[in-house]
Amino acid sequence: MDDTAIGLWGVPLAIFAGAIRVSTPFIFVSLGESITERSGRINIGLEGTLVFGAMTAYAVAVMSNSAWLGVLAAMGTGALFGLVHGFICKFPKVNDIAIGIAMMQFGLGMAFFLGKSFIKPVAPHLPSIPLGGWSHLPQIQSALNINVLFVIGALLALALWWGFRNTRVGLILRVVGDSSDAARAMGLNPDTVRLLATGVGGSLAAVGGAYLSLFYPGSWNEGISSGQGLMAVALVIFARWNPIGCFLAALLFGGAGALGPALQSVGVTQGYYLFYAAPYVLTLVILIATSSPTRSLTGAPASLSITK
Amino acid sequence: MAVETQASATSPSLAAASGWRPVLEWLARRAEPVAITLGAVIAGMALFSLFILAVGKSPAVLFQLMYTGGFGSWFSIQNALSRGAPLLLTALCVALPARLGLTIIGGEGAVVLGGVAAAAAALPLTSSLPPVVVLPVMAIAGMLAGGIWIGLAGFLRHYRGVNETISSLLLAYIAIALMNHLIEGPLRDPASLNKPSTAPLPANFMLGQMPGMDVNWGLAIGIVACILCYVLIEATSIGFAARIAGGNVRAAQIQGLPVGRLIVGFTALAGSFAGLAGMVQVSAVQGSANASLAAGYGYTGILVAFLARHNPLAIIPVAILLGGIDASGGLIQRRMGLPDATVLVLQGTLFVIILFSETFYGRFRIFNPDLWKRSL
Repeated sequence: MDDTAIGLWGVPLAIFAGAIRVSTPFIFVSLGESITERSGRINIGLEGTLVFGAMTAYAVAVMSNSAWLGVLAAMGTGALFGLVHGFICKFPKVNDIAIGIAMMQFGLGMAFFLGKSFIKPVAPHLPSIPLGGWSHLPQIQSALNINVLFVIGALLALALWWGFRNTRVGLILRVVGDSSDAARAMGLNPDTVRLLATGVGGSLAAVGGAYLSLFYPGSWNEGISSGQGLMAVALVIFARWNPIGCFLAALLFGGAGALGPALQSVGVTQGYYLFYAAPYVLTLVILIATSSPTRSLTGAPASLSITK
Repeated sequence: MAVETQASATSPSLAAASGWRPVLEWLARRAEPVAITLGAVIAGMALFSLFILAVGKSPAVLFQLMYTGGFGSWFSIQNALSRGAPLLLTALCVALPARLGLTIIGGEGAVVLGGVAAAAAALPLTSSLPPVVVLPVMAIAGMLAGGIWIGLAGFLRHYRGVNETISSLLLAYIAIALMNHLIEGPLRDPASLNKPSTAPLPANFMLGQMPGMDVNWGLAIGIVACILCYVLIEATSIGFAARIAGGNVRAAQIQGLPVGRLIVGFTALAGSFAGLAGMVQVSAVQGSANASLAAGYGYTGILVAFLARHNPLAIIPVAILLGGIDASGGLIQRRMGLPDATVLVLQGTLFVIILFSETFYGRFRIFNPDLWKRSL
């Protein structure tokens, strides 16, 4: 027997590797969305921001030959998308959920339009840290080849978790999210806070897109996202607006998404396509289990439209 | 629009002098959504023109091509009508729940499952029963599948407090996975090699084209559905109850209205229309259920419904207009060398601006006869 063959152990390993590899975009989009939602607004259109970010990152990386410059550019355009959303939602009678859907369509259209000429060229990839050097098994080496953005995402989750509780900015964000009136009484302008929170949320979502186009799968095409931006909105609710929760939920999603391909690699092909639905079913089941018709979700910012 | 605005602008003084006031009041109230939406469309087109100028092309040529490709000839009009037809039904999937204050965005899932259910229902029947029996059975199967799917989102909303926007979206992804499973597995026709599909419908079981035109019956079905929904909302007590519940759930409950049943009923009805769209795609266009069902009709339907301000009658022109814009995509790509996503950019721009225009309602005195007296 070949000594690199690991048989059925390949399944948990593939799920583990998949969780890390697939979860990074989820981490960034959901952390961004948690900031926006904590301020009492929801941006459901992060899918458009993510795809536009993926396109920008790829295009800039191709032209400048620097993957990190690509990530920065994506952050810039993501912030712009977020600010436009935040600006429009400042006006009375404008529905933030509907604007999100519209901005998503706009972002996708713009990304496909401007990204048409970047489908062919090859961009430099983001670096990864080979943590699997101790093992001689190629499967473990590749599973532990962890991208720098994953590490940044994990640190960011910790920082946000701490920041929401212990910093002045975190407090301002939570006050605005819980009561516009209380915020005004404190001399804060809720619209400005929400505008900035949506901008930051957009720029983080775009980083998630940059990961898609510059690391995994590592190319730009129109089908690059399989709805990570949309899922992240559900994921934040699932994680109860807690950044650490977002991080863990993203890992869980990544793992659930990797279930199908992992099982197929060991020969389980029955119901292969059903496993693609695993993350969505999981989210729905958890939402059903934790929601209640009579009270809003624990930890929900009180002025958030989606939990009322 | 200009004519209308002018007429209303001079109306206060005219109205005082004559008995025309009730007519003018009626006109003014009706003119508000038309004028604001038209204004928003013009603003959106202007922004889009700037974008086209910025990439070095002529907006005039583009709009010209858009007209030629969508409405310039009988051929292109038929093309526009064909593309608009499924949008009529998927827009209803958004507009009906919107009357209850619900935002359903997962119509795509109902389209997909409706198509698969219709194809599956037809499979065992085509050998023994005539088309007049099989086609209605297919329609019922499609409507049931779509209705259950979206009705579930409504049910979860009312009885479990799960946000319907998120749940309908998740359900759409689950539906697409389910479709892939069914057409790759249990329902796959072994003869479909490159594109997994269900067994094709025999030619005489296809829904066919409407007489005198190259547009399938889906258009007539969609228009009838829109008219029926308009009557349901505007002229029946159920529609009235739904509007009350959409305005204020508490008040509706105190009145003793069955809010839960209204929500589940409206979402299920909405989903059944999207399911019917899937059935039409299978029985009139594709001939079998395959991955082409997830062509985005459910998502474009959201845009149509919002543009029509959730008014079922307004859905008819808006869907056909968007069908025309969509139909012109190929021509724009060939003649101007612009990507096919140009149409998407225009749709996205219009969508954002029109939603933004909501903020202008009630801000113009012209449209509000109650304020006219003070200006006299």
